[in-house]
Amino acid sequence: MKRHNVLEHVIRDISRALERSLFAEKISARPGLLQGLDARVKVVYTLALLISVNLSHSLLVIAAIYLVVLGLACSSRVPKIDFILRVWLFLPFFTGVLIVPALFLTPGPPLIPLPYGLIITSTGLMTSLFMLLRVSTSVSLTLLLILTTPWNTVLRALHIMRVPDIFILTLGMTYRYIYLLLHIANDMFLSRKSRVVGRLSSAEERHVMAAAGTTLLSKSLNMSSEVYLAMKSRGFHGRVVTLRIFEMRKRDWVWGGLLLSLSAAAIILGR
Amino acid sequence: MRLSNHFSGESPRYLAGCYGLLLIWLATTAMHIPDGYLSPSTSAIMFLLVLPFWLSGVRKLRKDLNARVAPLIALLAAFSFVIMMFNIPIPGGTTAHVTGAALAAVILGPEAATIAITTALIIQAIFFGDGGILALGANCFNMAVIVPQFSAAIYRSFAKNTPIDSSRRLAGAAIGAWTGITMAAFFAGLEFGLQPLLFKSPDGSPLYAPYPLSVSIPAMVIPHALIASAAEALLTVLVIAYLRRSNPAILESAGKPGRVAEPSGTGKFRKLWITMLALAVISPLGLLAPGTAWGEWGTEELARMGLKAIPEGIARLSGIWGAPLQGYNLPALGNSNLGYILSALVGILVVGVVAWLFTRLLSIGSTEQSGH
Repeated sequence: MKRHNVLEHVIRDISRALERSLFAEKISARPGLLQGLDARVKVVYTLALLISVNLSHSLLVIAAIYLVVLGLACSSRVPKIDFILRVWLFLPFFTGVLIVPALFLTPGPPLIPLPYGLIITSTGLMTSLFMLLRVSTSVSLTLLLILTTPWNTVLRALHIMRVPDIFILTLGMTYRYIYLLLHIANDMFLSRKSRVVGRLSSAEERHVMAAAGTTLLSKSLNMSSEVYLAMKSRGFHGRVVTLRIFEMRKRDWVWGGLLLSLSAAAIILGR
Repeated sequence: MRLSNHFSGESPRYLAGCYGLLLIWLATTAMHIPDGYLSPSTSAIMFLLVLPFWLSGVRKLRKDLNARVAPLIALLAAFSFVIMMFNIPIPGGTTAHVTGAALAAVILGPEAATIAITTALIIQAIFFGDGGILALGANCFNMAVIVPQFSAAIYRSFAKNTPIDSSRRLAGAAIGAWTGITMAAFFAGLEFGLQPLLFKSPDGSPLYAPYPLSVSIPAMVIPHALIASAAEALLTVLVIAYLRRSNPAILESAGKPGRVAEPSGTGKFRKLWITMLALAVISPLGLLAPGTAWGEWGTEELARMGLKAIPEGIARLSGIWGAPLQGYNLPALGNSNLGYILSALVGILVVGVVAWLFTRLLSIGSTEQSGH
């Protein structure tokens, strides 16, 4: 079996992660409906709608929420085709492939006979539709939050979830250092790749990965000491202070109320 | 589940084989559970199960490291995030992603590893859309608790009283990492497999992950044991071997008891756990006894016993609470003994976790009081 080049694969994955977050940052800066709402409202209604989607026993209710999410995406100037394709091409590819055997294996009344003795059962069809709709609507909801809210605002909004400050500080630092480490890893792999002629054997590739992993770990641990000293030199004593710049406006109350009522209605109708 | 019913006749074996390979490959990437696979109640229970480990992790780090916690955890979580992107080639021509959880557990101890991997998983779920937000509890339980706990315990038992450069340590790291990921896959399979038993629509179609335990557990465990766990073991061993040459100080500090701690109270309560497990296994003995436990009659049994009028209060209240494991039985399991044992284990687990949580909270309160 011809195997793909691991170095190229990892470099591609790293660039994709960097690209995805740049894309999210670009969209979240656009003027749109959700970009203008208070981040706390967005975090609360996203959670409420996620719970309604996952509690619902009715396909229609989940489909209705998906349509609402699409509507919100359109009015927030999120690129429509990208938004739909990212959800329906990549994620249900995984769920879709996993769910196909359930069409035939779920015991129940036969619905559609297929060649080679395969029979789609009605319960199999229902369960597959539930999974696909649930997963894609949940992913769309999360994606919409990511695309329309800058990450540092989401972090600050987590205050209302009573998440401790120290935890929010750590999450924020993690997010920042992920980029630094991604860049360092990318540079390491690119410089290694530029010194390779021909193909590396599987064992050689493993050693490249392990060497990169070890270097990255040593760098991370050293850097954590440096960051701590830097924090200390600026007067950090373990108490975290963050700016709370949120202000609920009329628009936030209206949209927050509307979407929370929608999720409550979905829970009642979907029982 | 009878496969022969639906797969009778001449099924195209070649296509089925290719599809099977595709499924195996997909199963190795299935560790980040998305939303929609688990019911919200399962997700809530998984959050409860992982909570004590978060509390003990934070407490341990605060005690050992104080203000250094934030940057150390941030950098380690960032490292875990980046290492999850590494693709490790394994002998046989395929590659797999790793979690880095076993490595973190060996070097930093299971508590710090739990917090670092949890932080990485939260960032993945909230900012990159990998893994569900409601399923975060389940993902953290599988990857940030099970993997570090198993890996660290096995590594420690191998590494006991051996020098840093002993090959026993490498063997311990490899076996620990392999077991950790395989166990995490088992738990993911268990979480998927319980869904169709517990959550069905009135027409019988499963509402969440559709495959029963007999399918979900082997489907998760076998590909992981062969591919993903092997990749994790390889990476862990190679990184430790490299560290021994390039930065042995990290490994030496890992050997100190302050950094790699014993799991608290496990030894003390071992007998208790064994007794409870034995009790769970013999719990179906109760099925041999005829009738219902005295005083635990349902409304139908009361009527059968000759009670002409069911008290209105009992009739009204009997419908309020539908237990998730009604009659300690899972009808879909088709075996009441197995259902009994499983119900007992679930019960012990839930009660144990709640009790532990309470003692943890109480002990936090008392240490705070004594500090003032």
